[in-house]
Amino acid sequence: MRYESPTTTKEAVALLAGEKGSAYVLAGGTDLMVRLRMDLIEPDLMVDIKRIPVMNEVKKTATGFKIGAAVSSAELGENKALGKAWPGVVEAARLIGSDQVQSRCTIAGNLCNASPAADSVPALVAAGAKAVVVGKSKRRTVAVDKIVTGPGETSLAKDELVEAITLPKRAARSGDAYLRFIPRTEMDIAVVGCAVSLTLARGVVKTARVALGAVAPTVVLVPEAARALIGTKLDDNALEKMAAACSAACDPIDDKRGTIEYRTRVAGVLAKRAAKIAFERAGGK
Amino acid sequence: MASQLVSTTVNGDPVQFACPTDESLLNVLRDQLGLTGAKEGCGTGDCGACSVTLDGRLVCSCLVLGVEAEGREISTIEGMADGDKLHPLQQQFIDNAALQCGVCTPGFLVAAKALLDKNPSPTEEEIRYALAGNLCRCTGYDKIVRAVQAAAKDMRKLSKKR
Ligand SMILES: Cc1cc2nc3c(=O)[nH]c(=O)nc-3n(C[C@H](O)[C@H](O)[C@H](O)COP(=O)(O)OP(=O)(O)OC[C@H]3O[C@@H](n4cnc5c(N)ncnc54)[C@H](O)[C@@H]3O)c2cc1C
Ligand code: FES
Ligand code: FES
Repeated sequence: MRYESPTTTKEAVALLAGEKGSAYVLAGGTDLMVRLRMDLIEPDLMVDIKRIPVMNEVKKTATGFKIGAAVSSAELGENKALGKAWPGVVEAARLIGSDQVQSRCTIAGNLCNASPAADSVPALVAAGAKAVVVGKSKRRTVAVDKIVTGPGETSLAKDELVEAITLPKRAARSGDAYLRFIPRTEMDIAVVGCAVSLTLARGVVKTARVALGAVAPTVVLVPEAARALIGTKLDDNALEKMAAACSAACDPIDDKRGTIEYRTRVAGVLAKRAAKIAFERAGGK
Repeated sequence: MASQLVSTTVNGDPVQFACPTDESLLNVLRDQLGLTGAKEGCGTGDCGACSVTLDGRLVCSCLVLGVEAEGREISTIEGMADGDKLHPLQQQFIDNAALQCGVCTPGFLVAAKALLDKNPSPTEEEIRYALAGNLCRCTGYDKIVRAVQAAAKDMRKLSKKR
């Protein structure tokens, strides 16, 4: 295995493009190293992106936030401005693994690893986050929900990597929240995850986005659930309608951690709770 | 297998080693540098027995490549005591009988120190969350949590004296 730690995105992309065998981007390594240790992959090349300065920055920009692909969840948690604008995104990123994992794991890695149960992804989808994708000949900005195409599968070309994740500028009176259900209180894979992001106008929900994790092959955005909230103050009727829309959007697996029926039901329950938290954070009463 | 020369700092001392590019930092520490305090319990990030700090942050050394250590600063359990004088955490683990077989102990100590360096007065809940990445299969967690609480108290006293 060849190990490279370039200092620019351009070099990193050129290395990926130039490798004839299998090449992997190494961010925090908390998924990749596990696969390497278990002999599930035999990389010919690993491109470590942690020495690329732009990938280690969190920047407040005119259009929101730009989070470098090598920024760890621990660092995200230490960024006050980000936590204030996007508390749901930060709490989702902070749920990944233990403190040891937090020191290393990234949201870009969580996204590109393409697990249906990835904790930060529903929050990113609800937030309307975008991925800055850089390839050898072009750079494109795509919605994060266009990156993952199936379990372990992404739409990234071989010479492409994610340089940063962007979050939009936050309108006044907005809030987001992420909740997951796991059988333990820490260190487990989500049975269901749900993120809600919303903005209020004159006390009622003006815009909303609801995303579910671990209930389908990819994270799903549920527009019907969002529609149920719009124009309301989250009265019981609106919440019931939203929960029903969430359950209807589920296409989960059956496994030892949760049956299909269980996951479908819990999706609605979590969505209600997450919506209430997001509403409160937006200043709703 | 491609090998690479790495210059790094371990417990304050400059160190050089050559390692295969796919070797974990844990194996390098144990097999090449003779620092066998960090243990491999799982090799997959679940047990925390391999905990060390990398540039001041707590990590599982089984999930770090040895070559990633280039130019970084690593601290291991071997750097915790001050010569013959045990760190308050080490002393309290003994006094509270917070270990049996000891395989998990270096990892717990390194993780607990990382917590107390950031947060000198953690609540019991904060301690339990901070140590959730460390598994112990013999002692049970209560004695470990008590030892960390006692050490935190000792350390607060020491820092007041200074
Ligand atoms: C003990 C333990 C507990 C965990 N708990 C959780 C949990 O609770 N919730 C959860 O969601 N996950 C969990 N995980 C999984 C993992 O920590 C996360 O998915 C993490 O966010 C991955 O980020 P990383 O930076 O470590 O990715 P890496 O391992 O570096 O990369 C993951 C994948 O994405 C690719 N990749 C990484 N960065 C880029 C990029 N910028 N561009 C293109 N491709 C890229 C890599 O090539 C690789 O295929 C856990 C893992 C461990 C070991
Ligand atoms: S050996 Fe590294 S976490 Fe278990
Ligand atoms: S003392 Fe044996 S595993 Fe903890």
